[in-house]
Amino acid sequence: MPPDGRVRVRFWGTRGSIPVAMTSAEVRRKLIAALMHAAGRTLDTPEKATAFLEREVDFAISHTFGGNSSCVQIAAGSNDFVLCDMGSGARVFGNDVLATRGPAGHTFHVFMSHLHWDHIMGFPFFVPAYSVANHVRIYGCHAGLEAAFRGQHAAPFFPVDFSGLSARIEFVRLQPGRDYEIAGLRVRAKLQRHGGDSYGYRFQKDERIVVYSTDAEHKQDDLAEVQGFVEFFRNADLVIFDSQYSLAEATSIKEDWGHSSNIVGLELCQRAHAKRLCLYHHEPLSDDERIGALLAETRRLEEITRGDRRVEILAAYDGMEIAL
Amino acid sequence: MDLMLKRYADTVVLTPMGRIDHSTSEDFKAALAPYMARCARGLDRILLDFVSVEYISSVGLRVLMLASKQAKGQGGSIGVASLQPAVREIFDITRFTMVLDVFPSVREGLARLSPPALAAFDAA
Repeated sequence: MPPDGRVRVRFWGTRGSIPVAMTSAEVRRKLIAALMHAAGRTLDTPEKATAFLEREVDFAISHTFGGNSSCVQIAAGSNDFVLCDMGSGARVFGNDVLATRGPAGHTFHVFMSHLHWDHIMGFPFFVPAYSVANHVRIYGCHAGLEAAFRGQHAAPFFPVDFSGLSARIEFVRLQPGRDYEIAGLRVRAKLQRHGGDSYGYRFQKDERIVVYSTDAEHKQDDLAEVQGFVEFFRNADLVIFDSQYSLAEATSIKEDWGHSSNIVGLELCQRAHAKRLCLYHHEPLSDDERIGALLAETRRLEEITRGDRRVEILAAYDGMEIAL
Repeated sequence: MDLMLKRYADTVVLTPMGRIDHSTSEDFKAALAPYMARCARGLDRILLDFVSVEYISSVGLRVLMLASKQAKGQGGSIGVASLQPAVREIFDITRFTMVLDVFPSVREGLARLSPPALAAFDAA
């Protein structure tokens, strides 16, 4: 349990559609940009260099948003682990659990938005699933939940069959619109518009509310649908939102591709009185500079459209932690 | 939503007012519809004068996108002109400047859409 009793959200994978890796050319561009910022300064200790990078260089130059696909951890007072999705970020999460909490004796509760490959691909590399003393409960609303996980372990896709996983693994089918109490959280799923359907999750711990809503397209002229999401996001402390496309893309050439935009996320959060919007499921074509610009633009849009409440805008990156 | 109308030769300049958001977008769409039916090859071109639009949300922008698709499908032309600074920023951030024809002024919009309309505008 977090020692201060706050709900903590940690992002292990934030990229949409497919994992990406920074190229050598991108690393070089960052280094050149940082060195040019540093021209004329004396950065002769690690402390000075760190302070310089943190305070004076844009995040998009000094860091990276990362490239693992969807996986988010919610730590809210239980010794059990709670995750959303099993993208490639789940591999990093599993390794971190091994390093910090040991290899066995853990229970994992995993809430699946849907079963597309980028959301399940981390599971074969999720090392805790190979330990007999661990327990993995995988929740979802899709009928094919178990078959999808078993299928990606089958030949020729992976050398270890699902039956070779030693952990106790259960699949639990949830009904959207119904409240469940799981791992100390009240959880409710909501159907979303996406190829083959996806589901968002609203997690509540005491007064703290986190909404995980990825891989969802929103038809803004369907007023009933919009109002349904406003209620789903109502008073959330944090909304994690699929902002893969620009609004222009999402309403033109990429209409019906199943994703949304920063603009729609902001409007829903404003109407729902949500406190924070976290841009998530980043477009794989976007480099750090582009995602940084998207964040700045969304903050600017929030500023010029703000009513009597402010929505804090964040852009998720692999390794980011938010305390609520 | 009432649209103020001025005609310059083969081009209709329509002027919406106020906010185009979830509470007004359907009215905006309905007000635009009769003009869209005539926005076709050999008929009218449409220029939306946004000088009095204070704000447009995603649903309002979607109305513009659908209008643009309809116009293109009919061989017609539609543009937007005279955006207020905040609305211009919204167009930039949403990338709608990349998918719609946006002009700094009505005159410049008419110049691009229709030389006869520009001549009529200058003569008025």
